[in-house]
Amino acid sequence: MADRQSTPKSNLAPLSLHVPEPPSRPGDAPDFSHVEILKAGVTPRPAEDSDPAAMRDHAYGLVRVLDDDGAAVGPWAPKLDAETKRRMLKYMLRVRAFDDRMYRAQRQGKTSFYMKCTGEEAVAIPATMALDRDDMCFPSYRQQGILIARDYPLIDMINQIYSNSADPLKGRQLPIMYSSREHGFFSISGNLTTQYPQAVGYAMASAAKGDTRIAATWCGEGSTAEGDFHAALTFAAVYNAPIIFNIVNNQWAISSFSGFAGGERTTFAARGLGYGIAALRVDGNDALAVYAATRWAADRARTNKGPTLIEHFTYRSEGHSTSDDPSGYRAADEKTAWPLGDPIERLKAHLVASGEWDDDRHEALRTELSDEVKAAGKEAEKNGVLGHGLHQPFETMFEDVYADMPWHLREQMEQALAEKDAKWPK
Amino acid sequence: MAEVKPLDAKPAEAKAPKGMNMIEAINSALDTMLDRDPDVVILGEDVGYFGGVFRATAGLQEKHGKTRVFDSPISENGIIGVAVGMGAYGLRPVPEIQFADYIYPGLDQIVSEAARIRYRSVGQFIAPMTIRSPYGGGIFGGQTHSQSPESLFTHMSGVKTVIPSTPYDAKGLLIAAIECDDPVVFFEPKRIYNGPFDGHYDRPVQPWAKHPASDVPKDYYRIELGKANIVRVGEAVTVLAYGTMVHVALAVVEELGIDAEVIDLRSLVPLDIEAIETSVRKTGRCMIVHEATRTSGFGAELSALVQERCFYHLEAPVIRVTGFDTPYPHSLEWAYFPGPIRIKTALEKILKD
Ligand SMILES: Cc1ncc(C[n+]2csc(CCOP(=O)(O)OP(=O)(O)O)c2C)c(N)n1
Ligand SMILES: [Mg+2]
Repeated sequence: MADRQSTPKSNLAPLSLHVPEPPSRPGDAPDFSHVEILKAGVTPRPAEDSDPAAMRDHAYGLVRVLDDDGAAVGPWAPKLDAETKRRMLKYMLRVRAFDDRMYRAQRQGKTSFYMKCTGEEAVAIPATMALDRDDMCFPSYRQQGILIARDYPLIDMINQIYSNSADPLKGRQLPIMYSSREHGFFSISGNLTTQYPQAVGYAMASAAKGDTRIAATWCGEGSTAEGDFHAALTFAAVYNAPIIFNIVNNQWAISSFSGFAGGERTTFAARGLGYGIAALRVDGNDALAVYAATRWAADRARTNKGPTLIEHFTYRSEGHSTSDDPSGYRAADEKTAWPLGDPIERLKAHLVASGEWDDDRHEALRTELSDEVKAAGKEAEKNGVLGHGLHQPFETMFEDVYADMPWHLREQMEQALAEKDAKWPK
Repeated sequence: MAEVKPLDAKPAEAKAPKGMNMIEAINSALDTMLDRDPDVVILGEDVGYFGGVFRATAGLQEKHGKTRVFDSPISENGIIGVAVGMGAYGLRPVPEIQFADYIYPGLDQIVSEAARIRYRSVGQFIAPMTIRSPYGGGIFGGQTHSQSPESLFTHMSGVKTVIPSTPYDAKGLLIAAIECDDPVVFFEPKRIYNGPFDGHYDRPVQPWAKHPASDVPKDYYRIELGKANIVRVGEAVTVLAYGTMVHVALAVVEELGIDAEVIDLRSLVPLDIEAIETSVRKTGRCMIVHEATRTSGFGAELSALVQERCFYHLEAPVIRVTGFDTPYPHSLEWAYFPGPIRIKTALEKILKD
């Protein structure tokens, strides 16, 4: 087009387009030199009713409790008894054992898809434990830890993953897109960040009704780019909604590093500041820090002091999903180079250091959980695996589209049943 | 005039180079256009360094540079919105939406902006973008990796909607779409990215390499938008289809030995009405096959057109074979999919009527 470059301002250097680039790629040595890690215990703990403007530094710092020796230090160290911390560890180990088994099940062809949360076990589990049992969670697909921490039966998770005849969601949803109202776990959507404004609406409703329950929601750092994220923060700020926004910054969104969500310029926690929302940035591999931050935000919300945004700084240790191979876009051993360690090892070290745990008990527990998951898998398989006969009746495809089935769906249901008889004559 | 290019014809020469699958053909179209036109840019989630979750843009960033092929934030309204702005400047953006199911957050920028910018600015600004997006089911993707939302786009004025069914067509149509000054939604049938599909999910997958339409020229060529392809000439009934369903319908017709005329529409807007009319006048019967839900699907539009224009030539009511009016289920995917049994039942009915 002729007109657009026809009037160069001759004395100006040409503009250039910035396209972010991660510090390392396949073939490079992993590079986390840009990551600034504050020492555990140094971040002050403001009062729960602090003015967001008075605690701006918390959006740029890093709340950390567990130090390198496994000691819980500083003002954020939560006062938890050993029993509770062991339970936390057990849930984290359970989710890891579960992920490993389900990943293999997908590889063995028992289902179509799976997503692990390996390396992020400290994000969902301690947070859930810091919430009340009847607070409502609006998760993304990577917070299976919520269900685990609320003792949802493993077999029902596996039935859902196998999309079989006992699937509580009737084979309708992609594996891991759970839903359990009873466990305060909102139906997971495949479409990113839609849960964010929904969680705000739930929290607003609770406030409008004079309830005492709050809501919590999670999304990945990549997902903060969606418009729904920003709508949610605006509404939460306007109505002072009793909600906790969690951003799980695991550095990657499929193949895109956090720079493609704006991470080169500022922290994700700082997103809250522009809306006047209290923001905390937390070591997401530090179970006690996550617990403490969530507790702080939950207390704040429950006392009508409004929303909090928490960035969980963590690392996605494995592929995005069973459909992904990260060796195509990131340095091979980033996982081992990640400076914040493994969340399970860190909590374990803390319990061991404080004399509440030891290697033998740890190994015994791992074996117990692995057996438990294996047994649940065997049990679930009796109800079928994906694509092998034992699925939900065809009628279920047409139910729940509407509250009542309209005539055209009734006709289509008859058609589906006739097709079934044609394919598999009785 | 419509082309007549049987899908099952033997290649003209036996030399048959390795051939391209549909992903490779799309990649080749993008590469060709990046070479030919410095204003073409590609953006979308994971399309840059990695080359797209389906690998459609593999190698393009390396070859053409980061300011021509780049990753985007995960924001579909952002992707389409900036593509409108790039078009206003004079670029020719080719945004990718990772799955058609994720196009909805970008809908306002398509419907209210891209589709209307020429009209409301009396042509001062245009939105010459081509939105590529994989669509359709058959890969156990559940309800958010399986949808066929094409009729949302045909329903709004100002956007063209194009759906290829072979590697050869994918390249030629994509090039024409990119060169088109209107916004085009280019839906790619992901089930047939790697090979044609006869609808029998329980049979082994055939690779494109065995199919003549995998013979894709490396160089530039275009297939005009709005020209259907008659993939099988016949007298008994006209079958209208696009995307994956062209192959499924054709396979059923061949299996049953029915003398059907099978038309691959290739582009829904603009539509090759002449090809449809000519065929239906000849056969007197019309069956429409699409994977999308039935109610207000594109089949309804086709059915109305055929009825309005060919009523006195019809010997039977127009019949639609479609997906059911439910979300795409995960485990019952093949009960949902308009496969061989549904098509056969409809064919038998329309031929009896
Ligand atoms: C609206 C929408 N757009 C795109 C996608 C495809 N998609 C699924 S997950 C994902 C990456 C999300 O990354 P992030 O938010 O960082 O979460 P993580 O996977 O790291 O937990 C993308 C692009 C989608 N599911 N929904
Ligand atoms: Mg992420």
